[in-house]
Amino acid sequence: MSIILNHVSHIYSEGTADEVRALDDVSLEIADGEFLGLIGHTGSGKSTLVQHMNALLKPTSGQVLYNGEDIWAKGSDKARIRSKVGLVFQYPEYQLFETDVFTDVCFGPKNLGLSRVEAEARAYEALERMNFPKERWYMSPFDLSGGQKRRVAIAGVLAMKPEVLILDEPTAGLDPYGRRELLDMLKGLQRDEGLTVVLISHCMDDVAGYADRAVVMEKGKVFMNGTPAEVFFRHRELEEIGLGAPSVTYIMEKLAAAGFDVKTDVMNVEDAAKEIRGCLRI
Amino acid sequence: MFKDITLGQFYQADSVMHSLDPRTKLVGTFLYIIALFIANDAAAMAAAVVFLCIAIALSRVPASFMFRGMKGIALILLLTVGFNIFLTPGVPIWTWGPLKVTAEGLRSAAFLACRLVLLISGTSVMTLTTTPNSLTDAMESLLLPLTHIKVPVHEIALMMSIALRFIPILMEETDKIMKAQMARGADFESGNFMKRAKSMVPILVPLFVSAFRRASDLAMAMEARCYSGGEGRTKLKPLKYGRGDVVAYIVQIAFVAAVILL
Repeated sequence: MSIILNHVSHIYSEGTADEVRALDDVSLEIADGEFLGLIGHTGSGKSTLVQHMNALLKPTSGQVLYNGEDIWAKGSDKARIRSKVGLVFQYPEYQLFETDVFTDVCFGPKNLGLSRVEAEARAYEALERMNFPKERWYMSPFDLSGGQKRRVAIAGVLAMKPEVLILDEPTAGLDPYGRRELLDMLKGLQRDEGLTVVLISHCMDDVAGYADRAVVMEKGKVFMNGTPAEVFFRHRELEEIGLGAPSVTYIMEKLAAAGFDVKTDVMNVEDAAKEIRGCLRI
Repeated sequence: MFKDITLGQFYQADSVMHSLDPRTKLVGTFLYIIALFIANDAAAMAAAVVFLCIAIALSRVPASFMFRGMKGIALILLLTVGFNIFLTPGVPIWTWGPLKVTAEGLRSAAFLACRLVLLISGTSVMTLTTTPNSLTDAMESLLLPLTHIKVPVHEIALMMSIALRFIPILMEETDKIMKAQMARGADFESGNFMKRAKSMVPILVPLFVSAFRRASDLAMAMEARCYSGGEGRTKLKPLKYGRGDVVAYIVQIAFVAAVILL
């Protein structure tokens, strides 16, 4: 169930004055069941990249393979690929349109040609899975808060039972608590149901804390690709392209500079706490 | 999908036409259109063609751009020419069944085709060398006398420039909404007319919601900056006539006079 991008390039408005090379010879493999963090600046090509994974954009050159099949081969079923590779866009406002939350979540499964009962069962399951408060299931999606809208949007894609879930900055605009809750939920989906998760994020802390692998995009190319530890170990290079390391890494560096005997390649709060305790012997 | 559509076909270049005041170009185009309808003999038409060619040459816009707009009216052009050739009463010079071609028909078809082509390319010269925003400015400035009869000229101009400003934004947004719904399995291409019309709902609802939200945000932002309408408001780039504009006006008036006399 892997996605393979083979030398994919994408050029917007090719042959006109505002031609933009958004992806430049990107080769990448996303393994089954992994949690991939995709980091990069605005305009680095992250969003363009993920839109290739579910056949929303056609590569200018190169191939995208899903389970070994070229998704742009003649006669390929793009609707099926889109249902298997679910993509949640950054703004839930772009997809919510129904009169109530539940009907909106039913939209995806209904498009798969499922019966009403089946679609509703899927919607029920997805909303449950997203921990969406029951008393709001029949509210208008437009009356929800930003965080709730986002959950409904994710549920809308989850209800199609994808094998891969791609989320474009799902934590943008959420408070720290909502952010953690959402990421924990995604981690749970990956762990318990074997879902492959691709998370686009601006936030180094999110990627460091949750992803198995981090891919850094810069100017349409893969700039780094490795475990979060490997990637953030090179945070000086990341800083040069305007990114950085998780905030705990900086704290540990400052502590080390102040003379405390702590490791500096620490990526998340738990490890940092352990390290500090070890240093202070408490 | 919408990346290929350009609105207000402004072509960036550094030319005499570009540097003219937008009011001059607006009035000039208006005069040119009037002249086209006054002209009803070959000499006047030829003068109009020459005039336009000079204007195109001065604008430094590639001629291919000028005639790109022609594709859109090709069908209308064909129909009007057809109707004029076959349906104008007069002396028939060729008949075939119920169809007859008259000399008068040929003449009026030729003039009409000429007029239409000149009309479209003439206005293209204006839109290709003037940004939509300066056109709106020009319109506001030219219509200003109407404020005396209580026409809200400034507000109309403001509405126009806001609408122009938002078209690319809403296009981009439509594109994103379509993709978001396609990711949920929406299908906009198959099915009969009713089914397709219904499949537009998942696009239109988010689009309208977003348009209203943007409108209200914009209104709020304008109020926060104490916007209070047109009275006493100055411009960042006030329109100013230069020497070129005086020359352009003289040439235009001379041209219209020539067409009337010819």
